[in-house]
Amino acid sequence: MKVRLKCTVNQEPVEVLADDYKTLLEVLREDLQLTGTKHGCELGECGACAVLVDGTPVLSCLVLAVESEGRRITTVEGLAADGRLHPLQKCFADLGAAQCGYCTPGILITAKALLDAEPNPSRARICEALSGNLCRCTGYLQIVEAVEAAAKAPR
Amino acid sequence: MMRLPGFRYRAPRTIGEAAAWLAENPANTMLLAGGTDLLPNMKRRQQTPSTVVALRGITSLSEIHNGDGLAIGSGVTLSHLIGDARVRQSYPGLWQAAAQVATPHLRNMGTVGGNLCLDTRCTYYDQNYEWRKSIDFCMKRDGKICWVATSSPKCLAVSSTDTAPMLQALGATVTLVSIRGERIVPVAELFANDGMRYLTRQPDEIVTSIRVPAATGWRSAYWKLRRRGAFDFPVAAAAVAARFDGARVVDLRIVLGAVSSRPLSADRAAALLTGQDLSDELIESAAVAAAGIAKPMDNTDFELVWRKKMVRSLVSHALHEIRGDDMRARRHQLARQELLIPASASAAR
Ligand SMILES: Cc1cc2nc3c(=O)[nH]c(=O)nc-3n(C[C@H](O)[C@H](O)[C@H](O)COP(=O)(O)OP(=O)(O)OC[C@H]3O[C@@H](n4cnc5c(N)ncnc54)[C@H](O)[C@@H]3O)c2cc1C
Ligand code: SF4
Ligand code: FES
Ligand code: FES
Repeated sequence: MKVRLKCTVNQEPVEVLADDYKTLLEVLREDLQLTGTKHGCELGECGACAVLVDGTPVLSCLVLAVESEGRRITTVEGLAADGRLHPLQKCFADLGAAQCGYCTPGILITAKALLDAEPNPSRARICEALSGNLCRCTGYLQIVEAVEAAAKAPR
Repeated sequence: MMRLPGFRYRAPRTIGEAAAWLAENPANTMLLAGGTDLLPNMKRRQQTPSTVVALRGITSLSEIHNGDGLAIGSGVTLSHLIGDARVRQSYPGLWQAAAQVATPHLRNMGTVGGNLCLDTRCTYYDQNYEWRKSIDFCMKRDGKICWVATSSPKCLAVSSTDTAPMLQALGATVTLVSIRGERIVPVAELFANDGMRYLTRQPDEIVTSIRVPAATGWRSAYWKLRRRGAFDFPVAAAAVAARFDGARVVDLRIVLGAVSSRPLSADRAAALLTGQDLSDELIESAAVAAAGIAKPMDNTDFELVWRKKMVRSLVSHALHEIRGDDMRARRHQLARQELLIPASASAAR
């Protein structure tokens, strides 16, 4: 069965007709063509699918799309504003924090929520906040350094 | 790609409405809280309810109330729980258990009720449909025998919830509601030592709240063994709660996690310490006694003989911690995380 879903995605009101068994990840990628959010393990183990729902990082592969009714969703596509990269995006690019890039959207969105709540997190806090985001390429050091640099950048 | 199987979705607004939906067809209906256990299981076809009753719309379930202790709604997220200053100050063991569940994202979604009712786990069961089919299904789902112990008449899947052993050690109770009424049972009685029927909860019952008694005079600690420091299910755990009169233990409970199909109470080990001062020697004998009852099976990560040995260490660490020893270095060595999550910074939905 199809259900009509109304929510806000990256500050724009969205109305979509989607299969009722779909996850938020599937609706974002398949029905809204927002393919920035990545499809990894589908079981909650990797963090590639992380998005913000009402400002909180969650795993979109384990959220029923129907449960997103009326909610405010932020995906990696919503990070840049007025054609300008978010400081996190700029620092990730400048400091080599992305290699294959598959984990990057989930990490950017999770780090954004961290910096919104705690503008000056310690290194240990950054590691903790990102502990649910797997990266197979970088070894994490550049990622943590990029988040530290973004925290210091003027916003 | 693993899609969810089809299901009817119900989103009640009140507990009464939820109980009524559940009562229509309890055998084929499952409750959905945070979904971090149920949805992966549905994708892997381990659980395939025809109806899913979602609890998220029932706002009264996501509140924490003061009283004689704390009344924690079953829908309170783990992030909400560890962000609560009362939990952090008065029930450090519960805080430590909840803070080590899964990942920050999953704690933003997963609830206390869902954590208590978490499905038992096993290497032969937590696999996708094709994997399980290829070796032939086991009795927990679709098959007849147990691959861990082929002569076992029952499933030996492992209780893997982090908060249940701690809540049991703290003497918590749960409230269960159905259209037939309400009953309150000790957490210890919510569980059965059977990997398939691991809950005594009736199929039409909803866990609505968890009541933790007043913490006055009590200290608590939770120690967990897992493969990765970042996150992992427990493969052995020790929850300890004790009430002191000066240095003397007046009351003490030790509950082991992840070494049985239910949280396992180590009463004989606890009795060794009751009425005593916690000396190094007594702590060691209690740790040995506790490890003696642990029955880890070869169905989780790590070698089982080592897991059993580690139970002794975990119980010992927990007892040293409640005695007041500085265990920070040892905890960091085991958890490989600082557990810095600040109270209040973690938002909850
Ligand atoms: C990668 C990963 C790692 C994890 N690591 C851990 C870990 O380290 N430790 C740990 O303990 N857990 C872990 N989990 C499991 C899970 O995230 C948590 O246990 C979580 O608290 C489950 O809560 P939930 O609300 O998401 O449960 P749900 O998935 O919504 O429900 C779980 C079960 O409980 C039932 N249920 C839910 N609410 C109620 C209720 N009110 N009354 C009766 N029944 C109910 C459901 O029907 C279902 O059977 C992990 C999960 C993943 C995917
Ligand atoms: S313990 Fe045995 S029956 Fe239970 S899930 Fe594992 S293999 Fe299956
Ligand atoms: S795709 Fe959601 S956590 Fe891996
Ligand atoms: S950059 Fe490749 S997984 Fe992180």
